[in-house]
Amino acid sequence: MTQEAALRELTEGKYKYGFVTEIEADQVPRGLSEGVVRAISEKKGEPAWMLEWRLRAYRHWLGMVEPTWSSVRYPKIDYQDIVYYSAPKPTKKLDSMDEVDPELTRAFEKLGIPLAEQKRLAGVAVDAVFDSVSVATTFKEKLAEKGIVFCSFSEAVKNHPDLVKKYLGSVVPYTDNFFATLNSAVFSDGSFAYIPKGVRCPMELSTYFRINAQDTGQFERTLIVADEGSYVSYLEGCTAPMRDTNQLHAAVVELVALPGAQIKYSTVQNWYPGDAEGRGGIYNFVTKRGKALERSKISWTQVETGSAITWKYPSCILQGDDSVGEFYSVALTNHHQQADTGTKMIHVGKRTRSTIISKGISAGHGQNTYRGLVKVLKGAQGARNYSQCDSLLIGDRCGAHTFPYIEVKNPSAQVEHEATTSKIGEDQLFYCRQRGIAEEDAVSMIVNGFARQVLKELPMEFAVEAQKLLGMSLEGSVG
Amino acid sequence: MRPEREMLSIRGLKAGVAGREILQGLDLEVKAGEVHAIMGPNGSGKSTLAGVLAGRETYTVTAGQVTFDGEDLLALTPEKRAVRGVFLAFQYPVEIPGVGNMYFLRTAFNALRKARGEEELDAMDFLALAKERMKLVKMDPSFASRSVNEGFSGGEKKRNEILQMAVLEPRLAILDEVDSGLDIDALRIVADGVNALRAPERAMIVVTHYQRLLDYIRPDHVHVMANGRIVTSGGPELALELEKRGYGWVEKEPPPRQAAMEARP
Repeated sequence: MTQEAALRELTEGKYKYGFVTEIEADQVPRGLSEGVVRAISEKKGEPAWMLEWRLRAYRHWLGMVEPTWSSVRYPKIDYQDIVYYSAPKPTKKLDSMDEVDPELTRAFEKLGIPLAEQKRLAGVAVDAVFDSVSVATTFKEKLAEKGIVFCSFSEAVKNHPDLVKKYLGSVVPYTDNFFATLNSAVFSDGSFAYIPKGVRCPMELSTYFRINAQDTGQFERTLIVADEGSYVSYLEGCTAPMRDTNQLHAAVVELVALPGAQIKYSTVQNWYPGDAEGRGGIYNFVTKRGKALERSKISWTQVETGSAITWKYPSCILQGDDSVGEFYSVALTNHHQQADTGTKMIHVGKRTRSTIISKGISAGHGQNTYRGLVKVLKGAQGARNYSQCDSLLIGDRCGAHTFPYIEVKNPSAQVEHEATTSKIGEDQLFYCRQRGIAEEDAVSMIVNGFARQVLKELPMEFAVEAQKLLGMSLEGSVG
Repeated sequence: MRPEREMLSIRGLKAGVAGREILQGLDLEVKAGEVHAIMGPNGSGKSTLAGVLAGRETYTVTAGQVTFDGEDLLALTPEKRAVRGVFLAFQYPVEIPGVGNMYFLRTAFNALRKARGEEELDAMDFLALAKERMKLVKMDPSFASRSVNEGFSGGEKKRNEILQMAVLEPRLAILDEVDSGLDIDALRIVADGVNALRAPERAMIVVTHYQRLLDYIRPDHVHVMANGRIVTSGGPELALELEKRGYGWVEKEPPPRQAAMEARP
């Protein structure tokens, strides 16, 4: 690459995952109807109870209205113009890096992700959800030795129906909200994990999601159950090709932490954000929620750099006494991206504790909203919450908004909220540049410093990736 | 023996902010190995000069030339000037929350090395270098892991600037009011650090309001600024005279600059 081309690429800040993979796909017809729901269920060879559940959700959804209370603005979505199921035709599985799209390999090289990591992310060694179905899940045997189940959601329905029946919808019921209900009707795949009593999962479990086909929605569903005293750390990553039309992603994640269990759930979300003028990009409307029983802990960490619109509130229902909920978030919006994200911490049990650290970064015309609820119910004696919401603005055309809702019904509760808004100053940039650090690198450094509290919560290897992602997402945002 | 060639040459420099001219035709020649003090009352343009030399974009240069080793300095971005060896110790060092002091310094150090086609140092080697230089400004090792200037006292910030200078080893160091807000002990530490960095191949421009600093950092030349230009120049004795007579003297009836220059041995 010539120096000029390299420079151009650097300053224009192009999305590095914008390729399309030419794979034959098995799709259902465009649009949504009871017939489509049945067809999806049939294609997956699901048992009757699963189809029943989907149909109940679909019928409920028909009577629901798309929510409008968030700060995000987008043209009306035509739900009849979406393909609800698209699966790569089963031709061959990826067995080695040689078979991975060289474009993808190049993108990973640009990110500086080591080969082992590339393999994982490329779907050679983890559960990879490509468009709608799970392509490959490995390490299964090693995990099975400890009794850990980690597989695609479809497999779980077949092989572990009792667990799925017991916990599916137990945290996010199919009636929950417009997008979650839609997901319940048409979800095509996703991941399932079960960690047995007292087992500490020996490795990070991770899922890599990718939307490939045009006009398809992706509706994956993740269910993680950590049995008593167990521990699991789970990571999801997401990318999508560049397209000038918008694509819908409406996922549901349910976490169940039984007494004494710990679930750490990390997300690095890098869906296609649209181009610099705001054309295209993923609509990311996601419902994530965990239920924490006695002495258990649920920790959400998210780095949200992608999507045209992000609408998600990973939440914790702190049901059991002494349970702990955490939410660490970095949301970055550049160009015309919009993010409305935050968390809900519902304190039900006694001495429940929650921590919220939210870092919003806005550049270009980006709009970034923190929306959070801390709710302390009557019985939550001695509940405590600490919230910190910081916003960083780059340039003068972007916006940051904070909506912290606090409802306290128990007088012994302690709730603290701190918020700051700052701007990357010319002074900071000049200071770095005077020391020899190029402007783009300086912005990246300042932003990473701002987000450090959250990034340090990520598993090591992903913290490195997330740091680079933050820098890349801001390319072209200064000067 | 000092090299005779000018390192920095400023001719007829005019610069200002938003239509207001602050520097109004400034001339200055600096050779390698020399220490020049620039004194003057508030608003005389001392800090503007420091900012213009380092490339601060809030200032617009409207006339004049600045060459550094014969190259047009004004045509370079701030980071390129840093690569050429221009260093500014800030009057108000900037805080960068969440960015470790050592990480920042190593990033700067390696950015300069890379741009100069030199080999970058890894974290371990760099830490060894930085620790050794930290002794120069009597800096506690705990500074290494703190965020850049965040929560630092005034004295700590200034020491941090000198540490950066000690590590980055510039060819031309511009110290902008490095003495402001320092008590006598902190002043001595900062001055000792600066003196230790004096070298035949390095020039320094020390901008200060007070003569006090020059008791510790003894300049080769003293220049007095008023209304955006240098109105008189001389040896260290000029600073003492200013201390006695105040700035009113130079502003009202500036002694002819040439005479002061010729009086130099």
